[in-house]
Amino acid sequence: MSPEYSADEMMAVEAARRLTSDNVCFVGIGLPSTAANLARRTHAPGCVLVYESGTIGAKPTRLPLSIGDGELAETADAVVSVPEMFAYWLQSGRIDVGFLGAAQIDRHGNLNSTVIGSYDAPKVRLPGAGGAPEIATSVENVFVMLRQTRRAFVEQLDFKSSRGDRVRVVVTDLGILEPRDGELTLTRVHPGVGVDDVRAATGWELAVAPDLSRTEPPTVAELAALRELEAA
Amino acid sequence: MAEIVTLADGVRELVRDGDTVALEGFTHLIPHAAGHELIRQGRRELTLVRMTPDVVYDQLIGMGAARKLVFSWGGNPGVGSLHRLRDAVEHGWPRPLEIEEHSHAGMAAAWAAGAASLPFGVLRGYDDNDLVARTTVKTITCPFTGEQLAAVRAHRPDVGIIHAQRADREGNVQLWGITGVQKETVLASARSLVTVEEIVDELDPRPGAIVLPGWVVDAVAVAPGGARPSYAHGYYDRDNDFYVAWDAISRDRNTFTEWMERHVLGAVAA
Repeated sequence: MSPEYSADEMMAVEAARRLTSDNVCFVGIGLPSTAANLARRTHAPGCVLVYESGTIGAKPTRLPLSIGDGELAETADAVVSVPEMFAYWLQSGRIDVGFLGAAQIDRHGNLNSTVIGSYDAPKVRLPGAGGAPEIATSVENVFVMLRQTRRAFVEQLDFKSSRGDRVRVVVTDLGILEPRDGELTLTRVHPGVGVDDVRAATGWELAVAPDLSRTEPPTVAELAALRELEAA
Repeated sequence: MAEIVTLADGVRELVRDGDTVALEGFTHLIPHAAGHELIRQGRRELTLVRMTPDVVYDQLIGMGAARKLVFSWGGNPGVGSLHRLRDAVEHGWPRPLEIEEHSHAGMAAAWAAGAASLPFGVLRGYDDNDLVARTTVKTITCPFTGEQLAAVRAHRPDVGIIHAQRADREGNVQLWGITGVQKETVLASARSLVTVEEIVDELDPRPGAIVLPGWVVDAVAVAPGGARPSYAHGYYDRDNDFYVAWDAISRDRNTFTEWMERHVLGAVAA
């Protein structure tokens, strides 16, 4: 009998499972930060967390609200300037995993975090690309975390903020998509989710892997670590 | 040697209508008090430069101080949108806002180039995305290897404004914790104003601190709490509750305007 858990908890746990103690991971705020910190507290204590504010090897005891919370600097192995972070550490290829979120994704893993509608007269002006364009082209492995809906998983992006050729996995609240022959393909569904549910939440004709499997639900230990982190 | 001034005098002497002004600080040490003084003095037609337009830029934009924004990520970190920025871009309220949008890596390279008095910064970036057509970036070829790289025009603002923990009586400025692009902002700008938590007799060393010699700074003004609701490492914490509360305050034009009248226009500079 597995414990009760939410869709966000499933996403955080599944993303955390993909990190190892050998990874140096560029972390955004929100779900990626939750997942990376969970990994560090469970199976991947050696995973190095890098936040774009310039904190390298941050070990926060509670989840930060912003990428520049004071505790990140206090617990970091090194604090560097922002030009140094992007030039010496990110573009040089020293960081091997980068988490990205977005408002829209297409079947090739290209992401939009800039505008909904046209650029000159946007329906929704989003915050913008931030670190994403160079994260997407500098790290070897891009992990995307995004709740799956037709509005987010689109046939055609309104704007391409970053390119998708290094996207290795997309963790959603319904399942896992991975590139197969250049196209994001459903490779796993989370417990209680059907393939039709995922198709209905995808704006393109979704390819399904012939070896489709089911995600292991969060274990008692994973959930306990996650909830302790979120309550801190 | 930097002149020690009041915040009001510093802003009056250094910032003119129509200037390109950068208030930098990457989450930490954001010069809110100086931004509020710009609003109180009614500066207009500013081109505002900042990697991460934060609450203080939302306030400047919502009060109509800006003509143009140069930025790379304009949101309320961990909370959501900057509603005044959105209203200006989406609906032209209180006035239309021109934008020049970059990636963080592009902005960082432009700051480093500005600090070095080079005409442009170079990076591996802006690769195959729609930003390229919307911003000032060019492709250049490395003369040694032939690699295709991106070039961004250097940031050279009229005025750079930052907040730091402290300065000494000669105007040497010391800051530590997350230091962002503040050194580059001061060095790249034609004029600079630094607000500080306090002025001390001697700047004893702090781990990871950087020091800006007083002779590269024009004016230093004491503004205790001048980064709030951002934070000053070693002095006070980030007011995360305020960042969350700003979402509701800023969502509505009237609520925003009333808040600004009460808390900024009605207040007096330090």
